[in-house]
Amino acid sequence: MTEKNTPLWEVFIRARNGLSHKHVGSLHAVDAEMAMQAARDVYTRRGEGQSVWVVRSSDIVASDPTEKETMFEPTGSKIYRHPTFYDIPEDVGHM
Amino acid sequence: MYSQGLIGADGSTHEDAAFLEAFQKRVDAELKIEPNDPMPAGYRKTLVRQIAQHAHSEIVGMLPEGNWITRAPTLRRKAALLAKVQDEGGHGLYLYSAAETLGVSREELVDQLLSGKAKYSSIFNYPAITWADIGTIGWLVDGAAIMNQIPLCRCSFGPYARAMIRVCKEESFHQRQGYEIMLTLCKGSEEQKAMAQDALDRWWWPSLMMFGPHDADSTHSDQSMAWKIKRFTNDELRQKFIDATVPQAEFLGLTMPDPDLKWNEQKGGYDHGEIDWDEFWRVVKGDGICNRDRMKARRKAHDDNAWVREAALAYAEKTAARETAVAAE
Repeated sequence: MTEKNTPLWEVFIRARNGLSHKHVGSLHAVDAEMAMQAARDVYTRRGEGQSVWVVRSSDIVASDPTEKETMFEPTGSKIYRHPTFYDIPEDVGHM
Repeated sequence: MYSQGLIGADGSTHEDAAFLEAFQKRVDAELKIEPNDPMPAGYRKTLVRQIAQHAHSEIVGMLPEGNWITRAPTLRRKAALLAKVQDEGGHGLYLYSAAETLGVSREELVDQLLSGKAKYSSIFNYPAITWADIGTIGWLVDGAAIMNQIPLCRCSFGPYARAMIRVCKEESFHQRQGYEIMLTLCKGSEEQKAMAQDALDRWWWPSLMMFGPHDADSTHSDQSMAWKIKRFTNDELRQKFIDATVPQAEFLGLTMPDPDLKWNEQKGGYDHGEIDWDEFWRVVKGDGICNRDRMKARRKAHDDNAWVREAALAYAEKTAARETAVAAE
């Protein structure tokens, strides 16, 4: 095939004000304008969104899955970051 | 239809026992597998095959119904059919994206369909001859698809499961619009009711074939069940579909074209006549009524639209080059 591959985009939709944009899927488009139009047609046929973001997949920097342990394990042992770590007498009431 | 995606799928894999055991443990614990997670090569291969075939089925599935958009009897029916066919295209796109997360490109997938290397569901190789066929397709074909797809929402592979959840949400309108067409025809004139019966006669058996071969003849099915790619066997899903559909036909006042169909109190389900598996394999292997037409239509669409892809790409490159030049000034 001589044709060039069409770039991949990731689509994020805000369902309604008050919620954050959420990843809903991906699509192929040659530029931002066409990506936006395709995102509307593919992912919002039933009023799923108030706002759409499209981002070139190649522009996303992702954490390395093989480094999952070094990346996230250190937080596992830091139980003092959670409120339940601290002893407060019941007499104090809800805190 | 998606059980057909596993026909000929070779789930054989060559990882060591410890790797496979660790993977199976994750699957058994109902932990979803995401694209970057380690997975057996056979799991990846089976999924690419099944998801791609599922996507191709959605795309080719637009053809028999698209044929009727300009001839829908009312504006209401036309708007609904147009929306349904657009949904099928959308479903194809969700599914292609899910397959691509496994490392295959969209271009390769489309190529596999157009070259005939990849298959799509046998059901779309039957012609939609009358308006009643559109009702029957929505009722039976989408009904069978829903039966297949609901368990796929719990598939162990995350992107496929997520795509299926979106698809299932949209699919229920498809079945209802089809059944409503059948209801209208069955409440109409003698000729209209006869047209509905004729469509049911032609589509019933092909709909049952959508669930794929008998369990006994379904090779590689065990591996797919163990990996939780599929959750029910072909025959289990087929039985569920029959049990759900027979009362719907009775409500319409139509007769299923199967003299052996009867309620079996003991098993709490219907017994049915033997499926013509010779016909099934003929259609799967390319000799159905419409196989050649469907492929011709897809290739023509791809070729006729090549200039659009080229023009869009040229425009995007030119715009990007201009922006770079302006920025450099």
